Amino acid sequence: MTSTSSAFEYAPAPESRSIVSIAPSYGLFVDGEFVDGTGEAFKTVNPATEEVLSEVASGSEADVDRAVAAARRAFTRVWGPMRPADRGKYLFRIARLLQERAREFAVLESLDNGKPIRESRDVDVPLAAAHFFYYAGWADKLEHVGLGTGPRPLGVAGQVIPWNFPLLMLAWKVAPALAAGNTVVLKPAETTPLSALLFAEICQQADLPAGVVNIVTGAGDTGRAVVEHGDVDKVAFTGSTAVGKSIARAVAGTQKLLTLELGGKAANIVFDDAPIDQAVEGIVQGIFFNQGHVCCAGSRLLVQESIHDEVVASLQRRIGTLRVGDPLDKNTDIGAINSAEQLARIRELSDIGEAEGAQRWQPACDLPAKGYWFPPTVFTDVSPAHRIARDEVFGPVLSVLTFRTPDEAVAKANNTTYGLSAGIWSEKGSRILKIANELRAGVVWANTFNKFDPTSPFGGYKQSGYGREGGRHGLAAYLKGADQ
Amino acid sequence: MTHVLDPDALPGATPAVHAPLPPYDDVTRSDAAFRSFLHGLPGVDQVGAESRAAQLGTRSIKTTSKAWAIDTAISMVDLTTLEGADTPGKVRSLAAKAKQPDPSDPTTPRVAAVCVYGDLAGVAREALAGTGIHVAAVATAFPSGRASRAVKIADVRDAVGNGADEIDMVIDRGAFLTGRYLDVYEEIVAVKEACGDAHLKVILETGELKTLDNVRRASWIAMLAGGDFVKTSTGKVTPAATLPVGLVMLEAVRDFRIATGRQIGVKPAGGIRTTKDAVKHLVMINETAGPDWLSPDWFRFGASSLLNDLLLQRQKLRTGHYSGPDYVTVD
Repeated sequence: MTSTSSAFEYAPAPESRSIVSIAPSYGLFVDGEFVDGTGEAFKTVNPATEEVLSEVASGSEADVDRAVAAARRAFTRVWGPMRPADRGKYLFRIARLLQERAREFAVLESLDNGKPIRESRDVDVPLAAAHFFYYAGWADKLEHVGLGTGPRPLGVAGQVIPWNFPLLMLAWKVAPALAAGNTVVLKPAETTPLSALLFAEICQQADLPAGVVNIVTGAGDTGRAVVEHGDVDKVAFTGSTAVGKSIARAVAGTQKLLTLELGGKAANIVFDDAPIDQAVEGIVQGIFFNQGHVCCAGSRLLVQESIHDEVVASLQRRIGTLRVGDPLDKNTDIGAINSAEQLARIRELSDIGEAEGAQRWQPACDLPAKGYWFPPTVFTDVSPAHRIARDEVFGPVLSVLTFRTPDEAVAKANNTTYGLSAGIWSEKGSRILKIANELRAGVVWANTFNKFDPTSPFGGYKQSGYGREGGRHGLAAYLKGADQ
Repeated sequence: MTHVLDPDALPGATPAVHAPLPPYDDVTRSDAAFRSFLHGLPGVDQVGAESRAAQLGTRSIKTTSKAWAIDTAISMVDLTTLEGADTPGKVRSLAAKAKQPDPSDPTTPRVAAVCVYGDLAGVAREALAGTGIHVAAVATAFPSGRASRAVKIADVRDAVGNGADEIDMVIDRGAFLTGRYLDVYEEIVAVKEACGDAHLKVILETGELKTLDNVRRASWIAMLAGGDFVKTSTGKVTPAATLPVGLVMLEAVRDFRIATGRQIGVKPAGGIRTTKDAVKHLVMINETAGPDWLSPDWFRFGASSLLNDLLLQRQKLRTGHYSGPDYVTVD
């Protein structure tokens, strides 16, 4: 399904599906066991083929109530009082099990999400394990987090995660919460519940005490029940800004602490002294990684006018080598769009971009007949007033804008209601440091993009949310100091 | 220079004034102009180049594409022996291997060239007569390149006179590292002229240039001076042909063709020992410079032990099982 026709055609190299066994139906994981949900079950599909993978229980309010009660019991009786070093042992065990079963997780993630196996294998799963390893090490060192000598856990954390990195977002949420001594009720995204349910098996395999991790699948109503539950002490949400706002309203006036990791419209700024070939790679990595389903995606390319044509030409040539197709093929670069709903939104915003006068460019590219697909897309002649320069597309769609001076680059980069991430490409170190200080974005990458590490905090400004995940800062979201 | 081998003392040793191809025809007008041109080339971010090369290395090449890649790689090998102990017998044995790499399978492609020291080029020429396999000779005081220009030119003429139709020269790394770029350029121009019809491969010895910025600049010097190939290494310095170095050279030849219309070949040499390494290079060509370079006219592997691994992997694809080192010839 590559767009280039050459003598060197890569034969299909599919990763075997046989390593995962997907049950025809799944219940909820509550109090250490899989139980039937009382809501109406829903189907989860493979977005690359539209094949139904399994039927998954939907958690009702009563189910959520049971899960929160189990988490509360586990918190007060087992996990809270446990020696911190012992909590660390469980987390190390989970991290090792994630590594041992890495291929299984990678294949399952690609099946349920549509992302290429190259990414689930090389990014999602190893990073998820790395987060557990990292926070496992923190479990008995919490007095060094920076909150004084006796930081205490918050209690029960209600966590709602998105479909773009199902297992990785679970790890970002669960690992610091558990390391800090909290217990969790986690609601995975409706379209990607399977890796969280496999993670539940890992919890059983690790002999994690019952109720420490509870996984309640379902759609928006289930998530609302988790967020609004009266006995939840902490709410952590990653997802859209619209839902984030409604959650902020729902928890207002309660005792609940809240962290939100929401949308973004990151500027990727390329100066005329940039290492061009690496910048082109970084632009590709910034917007086409995970089909652009990345909240910190570099969706606005800000390129200095003097090198605009050269960069766009290089970029188009490079995009021509991207391989779009079967997510399980080891040579696939761009997989399937996660859902019909998301595909419709990407199409709608792209059509608006064209209608507003931007130039759409897509490589010659055969897309599979079934499933949800959208080719890598570049819009040039984009002005800051266009919706594709302002709205989060959450798909493989890049908007190219230009600037003339560093001041203009900073002004345009900051001219967004979001502020999650940004990128700077320049060979001049002093410029990088100066611009990075001027950008209102939680993460600024220099001469790279979309790189993640458990030691590095992640989070946004403005409508990209508040609170930090990752690093020492990520623990502060799950602890209270002695005086609180 | 007052030496007896002063190039001015030899008729024809002074190169005709050579101008690079447009649009670069004035960049060599002075030391300063050439320096600012080379330093104005886009920088190479080492971390980014390494991660791109590593990413390309994860391509999974199986079944039919692996078979194609192995045969293509065999046809690109410059089968090399560059030892002080080389003898006519050794060169003839290598030539026999070049003609028929796998005696158990006559469908195995021939290699592209046999690469030897210049004094043995005649032996190779005779042994390879009528085969179409090229005779490459290293010259210009290989591998160090530390000799006067006249000696280097004489070395080239001797090799060509002995029957080499490809010359692998080394650049003056000392001159390059002290910033005398025009000297490096002029020497390549002079060598190219001495080559006559022989193809010129310009060895950058990237293991001594160290930075990828230097690799890009040296590649451009070689291309502007009229080299037909840019080659990574002599094989006598470690590291030799690493993937990031190959990546930067492929980007250079790609950009040069876009700008001037002239296509330059690439030859990684030294350190490529396995089929897996060779396939990684082929993937990198395919996705960097493009499929136009996937031919022995535009890409070579400077190697000796690589060929036997390619043959073992080829046998494995044919028979379904691995044989062993005694099923390929020791030459």
